[in-house]
Parts: sequence; C-alpha cells; structure tokens
Amino acid sequence: MSGRVLLAGGGWGDDATRLVRAHDGAPPAVGDVLPLPAFLALDDEARVGVSVWLAPADDPAQVAPFVDRLPLIAVDFPSFRDGRGYSTAALLRTRYGFRGDLRAIGDVLIDQLFYLRRVGFTSFALRGDQDRRLAAAALHTFSDVYQGSVDQPLPHFRRRRPAGAPT
Amino acid sequence: MYRYEPIDQQLVRERAAQYRDQLSRYLAGTLSEDDFRPLRLQNGLYIQRHAPMLRIAIPYGLLSAAQMRRLAHIARRWDRGYGHFTTRQNIQFNWIRLEDSADILDALAGVEMHAIQTSGNCVRNITSDEYAGIAPDEIIDPRPLAEILRQWSTFHPEFAYLPRKFKIAISGSGEDRAATAFHDIGLYALRAADGAPGFRVLAGGGMGRTPMVGTVIREFLPWAEYLNYCEAILRVYNRHGRRDNIYKARIKILLRALGAAEFARQVEEEFAHLAGGPGTVPQAEYDRVAACFAPPPYATGLDDAIDSGGDKAFSRWVKRNVRAHRAHGYRAVVLSLKPTGVAPGDATAEQMDRVADWSERYGFSEIRVTHEQNLVLPDVRVDQLHALWQEARAAGLVTPNIGLLTDIISCPGGDFCSLANAKSIPIAQAIQERFDDLDYLHDLGEINLNISGCMNSCGHHHVGHIGILGVDKDGAEFYQVSLGGADGSEAGRGRVGVGRIIGPSFAAGEIPAVIERLIEVCLRERTDGERFGDVVARLGIEPFKRGVYGERLARHDAALTELT
Repeated sequence: MSGRVLLAGGGWGDDATRLVRAHDGAPPAVGDVLPLPAFLALDDEARVGVSVWLAPADDPAQVAPFVDRLPLIAVDFPSFRDGRGYSTAALLRTRYGFRGDLRAIGDVLIDQLFYLRRVGFTSFALRGDQDRRLAAAALHTFSDVYQGSVDQPLPHFRRRRPAGAPT
Repeated sequence: MYRYEPIDQQLVRERAAQYRDQLSRYLAGTLSEDDFRPLRLQNGLYIQRHAPMLRIAIPYGLLSAAQMRRLAHIARRWDRGYGHFTTRQNIQFNWIRLEDSADILDALAGVEMHAIQTSGNCVRNITSDEYAGIAPDEIIDPRPLAEILRQWSTFHPEFAYLPRKFKIAISGSGEDRAATAFHDIGLYALRAADGAPGFRVLAGGGMGRTPMVGTVIREFLPWAEYLNYCEAILRVYNRHGRRDNIYKARIKILLRALGAAEFARQVEEEFAHLAGGPGTVPQAEYDRVAACFAPPPYATGLDDAIDSGGDKAFSRWVKRNVRAHRAHGYRAVVLSLKPTGVAPGDATAEQMDRVADWSERYGFSEIRVTHEQNLVLPDVRVDQLHALWQEARAAGLVTPNIGLLTDIISCPGGDFCSLANAKSIPIAQAIQERFDDLDYLHDLGEINLNISGCMNSCGHHHVGHIGILGVDKDGAEFYQVSLGGADGSEAGRGRVGVGRIIGPSFAAGEIPAVIERLIEVCLRERTDGERFGDVVARLGIEPFKRGVYGERLARHDAALTELT
C-alpha cells in the first residue's frame, strides 16, 4: 500500500505494509499483506508479521482462527459498487471478534466512507484521485443513525430517552 | 401519519446537503459519471430519454395535504405542471433539470419528504396496503411496522451496494392488497393461534425478466424479530447474490439456485446470531410509532346509508370508486387517475392542489397513493360523498372505472423511459378509447389490465389478468399478450401467479382488437357474470388463443407443441 491511509478518527497514518496483489510463492516478508489462499498456505511460523487481504468472495470465517494474531486485515473493493466487503467487515467485527486494524483497499472513494466506517473499517487506502481534503468530513456525513452496526451497535430506538424524561 | 422527530428531520436535511455537494462536484467535473451514477440513483435521479427523471419516495403510499401541495409546487416550478404516480406508490417527475435536483430535495425536506433509495441497488421504498388502518378485513395495521422498517433500511451501511435493487412489501389484511408475493421480501402480518402478532415471511418473489412468486421461508416470525430477520436475509443475499450478470442478480435467482430449503437454512443460521439482539424491536418503540397512526377523531352517530338521490352517475361512482370503511358512517374514496386520454397515473399540479384541499375538507388531511396508480381519500363521511363527487367531477377525477378494464396499470414506457422497448401510454389510451362505453365496462366487471414497456415490468404485466409487454422485433415495437396473472388481491380471488403468453406478438395498432376478441371469448364463455380472471382460471388460455388467432392457428400451434 505504502503512503498515507485515512484513519477512522479523521487523521492520517503512515502505512508501512506491502500489498501483495498476486502472490508468486516467494517467502513473505514482515509487513506483507497476502491474498487469502497464500496466507492460509503458510505455516504458523511464516505467518508472523504477515497480514491478509480478503477478496469479495472470500469467506471471513477462514481467517477466524487468526484474528487474535493479526494486526491488520484488509478487505478489497475491486469496484466500489461491489458491496460484499461491507458484510465481510461486519462479520469480522461482530462474529469473529477481530479487534485489529480493518482496512478498506481498492476502489475506495470518499462518498462511501460513512458506510465503510460504520461497518467497522478503521483505515482507508483511498483511490489515488480522491480529494483528501474532503475525506475527514465524509466520515461523518450524518450526525446520527437509525440502525445498529459495528460503530454503534444500538439502534436509535434503544438510545432514545423515554418520553417525558428530562433533557 | 408518522410525524418526524428531530433525528428524522436532521437526516433528511443532511442527505440533501450531501447530495448537493456530490452534484456540485459532478458538475465541476471532479466526480466522474461512473462514480456519481450510484449516488444520484440512490437519490432517485435517473437520466432518461428527454431529461432527468426524479422519483420521490412516498413511504407506503401515505401523503399529507402539505406534502401533496409541495408536490404540486415541484410540478409547477421545476417540471411541466404534472407528475406520474407509480406502481410502487411513489411519484416521478419526468422533466427535471439535473441542476435543479438539489433544490428539489431541499424543497422536499421542508415537508418531511425525500428521494432516498428510490432507485439503485439498495433497499427501496417499503410498499403496503392503501387501505391500511381503515380496511374492515385488517388483522394488523401494517403502517407502524412499515415505518420502523423504513427507518431501519434508511442508510443501512451494510446494504447500500447490493447485487441489485431490493423491494419489501408489507400487508396485514385478509386480502393481500400489496402483492407481497411479488417482492424480494414479502411480509404478511398475521396472528398466531394464541393471538400473538407476527409475520409469514416470503422471499424471492418478483417480476422483471424472470417473474417468480415468492416462497414462504418462515411460516411464523414473532413480530419484534422482523428487522433481525430482514438483516439475515439481506446479509445472505449481499454475500452470495450473483454480481456477474445484472439479469441474474435479484434474490429470486439466488433462492432458486440454492433451493428454497437451503436458502432458508442459511437465513435461519444467520438469524440465530441476531435474534434477541439490539435489533429486536422493543414494545415501546412500536407504541411510539403506532401512536402516530392512531385513528383520527371520527364523528359518531352518523347515518351509514348513502343517499344517491336517484342520480345515476353518482350511484355508478359510489359502486365503483367508493370502498368500505371500518368506521361507521365513513368510506374510502378512490380518485381515478385513469380517465380516457390521460397517461395512467398522471396528475396535474392543479389536481394535486385540489386533492390536498379535499383531504382537509373531507377527511383528516391524509391521502393515499395506490399501487394501481390512483389516489385515495381515506376518511370521507357518507353524508359528504355527494359534495366531494361534485367537486372531484369538475376536476376530472371521478371516472367510475376502479378495477375495470380502463383502470389500466402502465409504466411511462418508451415515451419517457430509456430502458423501454416500446411505448406503453399510447397503447393504454387506445384501449381506453376503444372501451369507453361505461355500461359495457361495468357489465364486464373487474379485470386487471397491466402494460409494461419492457421486461423490467414496472407496469406489472406479469400479474395482469391481461398483461401486455412491449418487445423489440428488429427495431420495431411489438406487444406480447399474456393471460391469467394474479397478484393475490381479491380481484383475482386471492390467486397468485404469473400470466401465460398466448402466442406471437402484435403490432401496436392490433392491440385494441386483440383485447376486444379476448373479452368476446370471456363474455361468451362466462356464467353468472363471472369475472374475466375467473374465466381464465377455469378454462385456461386455449379458448382465448383460438379467439384471438383463429381456429386454424390454434390447431397448428397445438400440432407444433406435440411435435416438440
């Protein structure tokens, strides 16, 4: 990935990882982010310091055994119109207990940042042409939400003050 | 009606501001057409044949007088003085300038309206029964449940980029007036044997290129779990629905590919993780929303009998366009948007203003939009029916044809829509002109005639007793005719099914004569004033084929069928 990534808090972070789009079978280096099949093929020792990225069709259940050891999982959006990555992220967070950095990669645009942040992404490798000055604000397009998701598990109806309660 | 709270108003305002920013970046050239398209679609804006079209959400078909007046204002200021009510209970404006679209969203936000998710591959407007809350056969009022579902689906972060569009309908009466079996999710509210409220859940219904009746995947779901259950269905669909072929991307294709049992198993597995969680709806939330739909202060002690005063035209209108009501001394009035010579579902700004006035004078400031593309004044006093009729007659809204042959459902078709293969509106008008004799129409009785200009089926041709579909034949417009579709409503005696094509398609000019022949067969074969749909159900389509194509052609056809 290299370069700067937007963080869910609105700041920017340095990115020292190396995204391996197509794995040629070479032994991975620390900081590599491998495709899921290549990552699964490694033995435990070789996985140290290595991360994984998931394609839209990949089943997040397959990385469940590793979530406590992985500092980073990336989810790829080959097109921003392919929304499978949103469910992948929600499952990694709510079902498989991943607590590390969850990164959106690929066709990541500022106009989807609000939804991406909500389903649990914590960093965003924006597509090169995106206007970075608009990015931080786009994380907070809406000031409240109706339904629960990863960032706010409680739907609005569970955060509502009882009628007549003091403000 | 649901009344916005601060959060509802705030979100609609923020959405309008978000869209204004996206539009300005698009117009400035910093947001590409490809990147902008899904964004504008999720705000209801299509680029059409002549001009952009804006589709505005009318959640489950309910409008206030103030909202209707705002629609009239939009029609005057930004369109050509009229709008088109759709089969999904929304309204479309066909002559919008792209540059004005952000201003229109602001104007809508001022009256608790929006165009959120009226298009695009996301959860669309929730549709329901136009007689909700007033129908005598109602088991559970679907409106509060539809509103809670609307809020849940609005900006759902996980389901904004689905494989394809996603439509949910909810019905809660004996007669299914929301065609729930033809939706991606159909929620049919009912009570268990012990009286507990819940839903029968259908999935995978739909029209389009591959029409399918939805499959029951849950016989009974406790009502409070319905958001969690919808989430489970949508997650299975979002992850596994096809994205490689737009024509195979709807949930019905996934359901068929997996098999209903396996699909239901995956949904239940997902649901097991969600049931009883934060998405379970608390009774207090239901009560809060339901309070907005409490019955209005109906007058008591009214006479329930309608005095026609011997006026034949008024009596005919009462018979066709006035519906039963739960409150003694009240009726629901259907204002027909299907007079001969007008595109089905079209209303002028003046008509919208008048309807808004009447909803205040003859009701409680509420209007309903029907999926048959008419308007309903839900709470009219019996003793005011005649006064309303006189006013509505002057405005051209009393054609006594509700449920009859000329009450045609039609999409805008090739005159407006860039997807269409063929025109729809001129076909509807030609049929209306041919069958302008009211006595003949009333004698024929109830029949659904639905016209779509292409396989996307916006005109619901699959479920028409007579369905007409525009097809392209080497660049020329032709029309395929099908018979025997049924949407589950009482007009089809609760039957649900997709119509069968009767044979080779016809040129536009032949259609009125074809319809005439179909009706001749019905009138010849029926007994005791049987309805068209019942005759087709009893006899099948063969006698109708013979009536249209002639004995020889029908026999030839049969021979061919035997050979293959």
